[in-house]
Amino acid sequence: MGTLAEKILTAKSGKDCSANDVVIAKVDVAAFQDGTGPLGVRQLQKMNINKVKAAKSIFFLDHAAPSPRQELSNDHMLLREFSKQAGAILSEVGDGVIHQRLVESFAKPGDVVIGGDSHTCTSGALGAFATGMGSTDIAIGMAIGKTWFKVPKTIRIEVNGKFQPGVFSKDLILYLIGMIGADGATYKALEFGGSTIDRMSMESRFVLSNMAVEAGAKVGLIASDRVTREYLKARGRLKDWRPLAPDMDADYEKVIKIDAAKIEPQVAFPHTVDNTRPISSAKGKKVSQVFIGTCTNGRIEDLKIAAKILSGKKRATDTRLIVIPASRDVYLEAMKLGLLATFVKAGAIIMGPGCGPCVGVHQGVLGDGEVCLSTANRNFKGRMGNPEGFVYLASPATAAYSAIKGKISDPREFFSAKVKREK
Amino acid sequence: MVLKGKAWKFGDSISTDLICPGRYFHLRSNLPELAKHVLEDADPQFASSMSKDDFVVAGNNFGLGSSREHAPTIIKLAGVSAVLAKSFARIFYRNAINVGLPLVECDTDKIDQGDELELNLSTGIIRNKTKDIDLQVQSLPKAMLNILNDGGLVAHIQKHGDFKLD
Ligand code: SF4
Repeated sequence: MGTLAEKILTAKSGKDCSANDVVIAKVDVAAFQDGTGPLGVRQLQKMNINKVKAAKSIFFLDHAAPSPRQELSNDHMLLREFSKQAGAILSEVGDGVIHQRLVESFAKPGDVVIGGDSHTCTSGALGAFATGMGSTDIAIGMAIGKTWFKVPKTIRIEVNGKFQPGVFSKDLILYLIGMIGADGATYKALEFGGSTIDRMSMESRFVLSNMAVEAGAKVGLIASDRVTREYLKARGRLKDWRPLAPDMDADYEKVIKIDAAKIEPQVAFPHTVDNTRPISSAKGKKVSQVFIGTCTNGRIEDLKIAAKILSGKKRATDTRLIVIPASRDVYLEAMKLGLLATFVKAGAIIMGPGCGPCVGVHQGVLGDGEVCLSTANRNFKGRMGNPEGFVYLASPATAAYSAIKGKISDPREFFSAKVKREK
Repeated sequence: MVLKGKAWKFGDSISTDLICPGRYFHLRSNLPELAKHVLEDADPQFASSMSKDDFVVAGNNFGLGSSREHAPTIIKLAGVSAVLAKSFARIFYRNAINVGLPLVECDTDKIDQGDELELNLSTGIIRNKTKDIDLQVQSLPKAMLNILNDGGLVAHIQKHGDFKLD
């Protein structure tokens, strides 16, 4: 009877709800980052609220971390002071990007997670009803521990089959967004399932949920299963796990079936995420900067793939390479595994955990006419700090392979060459 | 209340990065300054040439992208009466209501740059005076109307102490 969205909201609102109902739900996690937090704090101060009520209220300093200018340093001070006084948790400069930190340590299956950042939907991969909102909504949610939702209709995405070597979950989600468009799921929930998703690692699943908002979706949900369990267990959070699945007879607005084997590596062309094409149409495009990181693809699995491709190689002379682990834990793990050394030897610059150049605040701002191939989730005009720059989006494998070639290149070449070498 | 002003026409997919560019991130605690750059990357002339009470008129999926509430906030602060579009992105829609910026869903193909518009907030009718036509308008959901009528979410919560949506 219920989709994942309906089941979670029924539990959290105490009302048996289905799509289109308006409900008031309990908030388990309410989060801000340093770009949306200051406005939220000022709204709370305006209302004379100086204590938070949501079970986990967290401020993440990640978008401008470390701060590149005095105005932003002052914003950070405001957030530090407020969280101390209000009883909220502070995630400091260098701890990592909000969404990576949320899945690592805070969000759990069945939770309602609201964040002052559109990619809060990332935690949906853990089976949490996780969604982005603006500063005032988050401030109120934090203050009273509740928020309101219109229960979304759900589009079910059924993926079956095996990816070709060199194709990853990033290619799948870019392919889907290209197919349904940047408003293909506006006001709706996406729910991912099928044998490909069942077999997929948690880290790859996060990529799907992270980018649900790029199709306009409110949430991008995935059932909580044994893969979820193993992920939480490995993080010492076994007690946070519980199974959660949609009902067999759940009512979907539509079901979209995708054969994973048919997907080629995808590239989103400037300046919209749904301007997605198979890599063959981007091949040969010269790249000035490659960026591997962000809440979409800055996890250990991503860095491992990139390091495998870059191992013993050098970036092309005219192509800069920036690598940013999404969190302190990812950074540590990459250090332990020797991945950072591989990157540095390949000519990369490694920067501290955070959003880095993703949103154009600092670090790696593009020059006029420059092209960046990025593993992020957005390529809007001006996104990387310069409206005269061009941002292409792709998987970490495509990004790493293209950094060596100096132009957008098909990572399947690397993987098929590798198979031949191993034979 | 009747709002009157000229139309400023924009296309489809006006993202929050175009409305409120990331390179002005450091101005987010200085909203009047930030408002001087409103919609800058979509139309560099807009902020300096618009008059108070003018309308922003766009195509599909206005406000897609980031959750930054600064986007609707600076549109309102710049003096825009309302945003008219064929459709809006979800987070932007909710933010605009929360900060008290009226949004109208209608067929904006019937409006050109510079047309004189009149929005009657109580009847919800949009009149294109230049073309001498009335436009059909999609009404706001009840929950949102309650928040907008209270003057935004902060005022709503201050008034009721909780959400009062039906
Ligand atoms: S990494 Fe980019 S998309 Fe992710 S939270 Fe930071 S700025 Fe937003």
